[in-house]
Amino acid sequence: MTRRGIRAAVAVPTLGVLGVVLFWGLSGLPPFGNYHGIYGFLINHRALPQRHTTNAVTATVFDYRGFDTMGEEFILFAAVTGVVLLLRKGSEESDEAESEDQEPPEDDVRSDALRLFGMLALAAGALVALWLIAYGLVTPGGGFQGGVALASAFGLLYLTVGYRPWTRRTKEAALDPLEGVGASGYVVIGLAALISGLPFLTNLLGPGKPGTLWSGGSLSFINWAVAMEVAAANLILYKEFLEEYIVPLARRGG
Amino acid sequence: MSWLLPLPVAIPLLTAAGIASVKEIAPRRVLDATALAAAATATAFSLVIMVDTQNGDVLHWFGAWRPTGGVAIGIDFAADPLGAGLAALACGLVTLALLYSWSYMQEATRLFDVLMLVFCGAMAGFALTGDLFNMFVWFELMGVAAYALAGFQVEELGPLQGAVNFAITNTAGAYLILIGIGLLYARTGALNLAQLGRMLAGHPADRLVIVALTLVFIGFLVKAAIVPFHWWLADAHAVAPAPVCVLFSGAMVEMGIYAVARIYWTVFSASFDHSADVRNLLVWLGVVTALVGALMCFLQRHLKRMLAFSTITHAGVMLVGVGLLDPKALAGAANLVLSHGLVKGGLFMVCGLVLLRLRAIDELRLHGAGRAIPWWGVLWAAGTVGLIGVPYVGVFLGHALIDDGATVRGISSVQPLLMIAEAVSAGALLRVGARVFLGWGPRDDPLLTPEPPEEPPERDAAVTPMAVATTLAIAVGLALSVTPGLEHRAEHGADRFVDRSAYVAHVLHAAPATHEPRLPFTVEPASEESWAYGLAALALAVATAAFGLWRHRLPELLRSESARVLRPPLEIVRAAHSGIVGDYLLWLTVGTAVIGGVWAITLR
Amino acid sequence: MNFLAFGVAGWICLVGFYGAIVSKNLIHLALCLTVIQSSTYVLLLSIGYRKHGTAPIFKGVKLGTTAVDPVVQSLTLTDIVISVTVIALILALALDAHKKSGTIDPDQLADFHG
Repeated sequence: MTRRGIRAAVAVPTLGVLGVVLFWGLSGLPPFGNYHGIYGFLINHRALPQRHTTNAVTATVFDYRGFDTMGEEFILFAAVTGVVLLLRKGSEESDEAESEDQEPPEDDVRSDALRLFGMLALAAGALVALWLIAYGLVTPGGGFQGGVALASAFGLLYLTVGYRPWTRRTKEAALDPLEGVGASGYVVIGLAALISGLPFLTNLLGPGKPGTLWSGGSLSFINWAVAMEVAAANLILYKEFLEEYIVPLARRGG
Repeated sequence: MSWLLPLPVAIPLLTAAGIASVKEIAPRRVLDATALAAAATATAFSLVIMVDTQNGDVLHWFGAWRPTGGVAIGIDFAADPLGAGLAALACGLVTLALLYSWSYMQEATRLFDVLMLVFCGAMAGFALTGDLFNMFVWFELMGVAAYALAGFQVEELGPLQGAVNFAITNTAGAYLILIGIGLLYARTGALNLAQLGRMLAGHPADRLVIVALTLVFIGFLVKAAIVPFHWWLADAHAVAPAPVCVLFSGAMVEMGIYAVARIYWTVFSASFDHSADVRNLLVWLGVVTALVGALMCFLQRHLKRMLAFSTITHAGVMLVGVGLLDPKALAGAANLVLSHGLVKGGLFMVCGLVLLRLRAIDELRLHGAGRAIPWWGVLWAAGTVGLIGVPYVGVFLGHALIDDGATVRGISSVQPLLMIAEAVSAGALLRVGARVFLGWGPRDDPLLTPEPPEEPPERDAAVTPMAVATTLAIAVGLALSVTPGLEHRAEHGADRFVDRSAYVAHVLHAAPATHEPRLPFTVEPASEESWAYGLAALALAVATAAFGLWRHRLPELLRSESARVLRPPLEIVRAAHSGIVGDYLLWLTVGTAVIGGVWAITLR
Repeated sequence: MNFLAFGVAGWICLVGFYGAIVSKNLIHLALCLTVIQSSTYVLLLSIGYRKHGTAPIFKGVKLGTTAVDPVVQSLTLTDIVISVTVIALILALALDAHKKSGTIDPDQLADFHG
């Protein structure tokens, strides 16, 4: 039997036992729909009065548990750093791949209809993304969601227009500082509070007017910092992975 | 002084983001110096926090969200002597590693500094936090930085295997932790450690709590490289650059052990109340880990992989210290973490220099070549002696306290087993020292597993920063057993660590700190039993090294008979370390199923 | 219906582990890890559900209406970001492995063993 076959044969009964233990534990959970935890209850009742934020989830993510989000933002930052490191160093032709004067393939989209659609869709997508970010404190949305949507909207540029316009508009020199500013912005906002004698990440600005763009005080700034970082990080990721695909294609004359 | 608490996390992270933004424009040395300064600052702040905790736990509520009516709404950092000490150790090792890599990682990109600083901040956050999900976030950040650092020398194939195995197994472990956190949140509605402990107290442990305990512990034991979850450690260490290995073995593995201790004592101790079943399983897992680590350590010829298995041995001993569920043993584990971290870090730094100067990392290929670098041979010997447990040197204090704890709990059979494991792994290191730096022993040994070679760094690196960092690490590590007052403070710190009700009162109800006793600055004499074990370990280590070097001089009959008996099990253990990630994941599920099943039956 | 949501989460987790153990392809392995992660999302969100609860958004909704738990949603959000990043790293490693050795079969990538 192959090694994989032996693994499969052992895995099935093992996962069976694990499943029994797991389901046994899960059966001790409170019945579905009957959750009465105090934490969520408190936040639901206090997010609006205390933080003037109608979206309790965003209030949790960026304020009550804002320190977690700082760590999470840095996870994204570190992972993107790691991916850049692995893909750039791992590429044997790394010198040529990094140079933007390298001839990208001739894959510009020829159909005008497609290009037009692409630009419109990009504009619409970017607007929706910005709305998600800006109004994330009021209705569903937030920095993370909007940031990813923004990056994906820009991804349309590659899909519907071509590789060269894509590389022209997503230069590392612009994305790296954006990502850095977004990440460090979060820490700076926290430190600003610390320097004023309050605990880290305390809201220094007033609570703001609920239901508007600037509700929540420093919450909105943290929101935008995160959105900037997430969008830049995602764009860097797309760039790196795309380069892995495009450059060998160009070399093969594809 | 609670305003200090976020700084060991904020400063490294901010500096990392800053370096990443300007790395194309600023000169390399400026960035290196900034990174070193940031790590050193974080270390300094952690030490100040540790001193401050002598007067009571230091608390910091982020966003000023203090608990209302005994319910925590925000996230807190709650530093106690052991946690702050661990944070200081982690930041200190990062500082030493960055000093070392000032010249060792010359041609590396500045992304190395960025990742190291992120790693530093994450470890400090993990050790200081008082919130379970916050612990998980720092755990993942630590992991991501570590995966990237392990695969750093990505020009070769080996680092990819090491990084892939590391990333996949630890991520799977992290998901188990998350399921456990979900279960605990469902039961208690809390994520704060103190509040979890308060909500779970007073109710006997039922099925949900038992499974949550299993999943959370196993996830952290994967990080702590405990059998049967330890397979990834040797693969990762074999390929990561030496300064990164310093951090992996010195601080990252220990974070897993710390998490098990912290979560047990703060969250679960009331529900399980020193349960003998929890204790027995953890202690025996630790013993098996120590023995397997020692065996595999002896069978290696790749220096870094050998040191990795030695780390696994010591991680097993640390788990015994924690798993005995006793404050004295816990103090011993804390001391062991401290001394082992520094000494092992120093040994990895010696490895790095050996690779740089002698252009090989294989014990047999290096035969006698170390005579050209005698000072480093002295450092290697000093470090190895520090790991044996010779009285008053290095890890001795940790072992003595763990042994005392084992006697108190009535599980004295672990002491000889742990002594054997430690001695055998140290004996393997002595064997390496003798073969490489003295040229003793034959040039070939079919018992040892050959591994692929490693690409050495640029030849013209300046040695001074490396020498300074290594000497500091080993010297401080060795001296820890005779540091005045350390034993008392460790024991007192452990007593506070296990006091759940005091922790809950302080964190949730802002109870004022009780008056802390003034502790003496003396070195306690060791008991006769500890002397006996220490000297026996030394003898056994020397015997093991001699066996390794001059085995071929034993009578032929003795050798062939013992080979016939011992070879099959040896080969099975060796073959199990296959390097294949599917096997590792299978072991993870087998381990979880078995441990879960055992606890489900015995703790019900 | 009571146990169904939690049971589904458990089942997804087990299936994900099985797929990861017998995987022939690093990219498939990374996606199996994503499957395991999805099981944690399902578990967390099912835990937070309250019968007849609305989303925890209070614009135009009276404060005090029953709403589902927002904390598990924030935990899930953090979870998703973590998952994306780790999978990206593993995929980058898989790409590099393919470039170096021509294979992405995890069983073939075992230079260091014993």
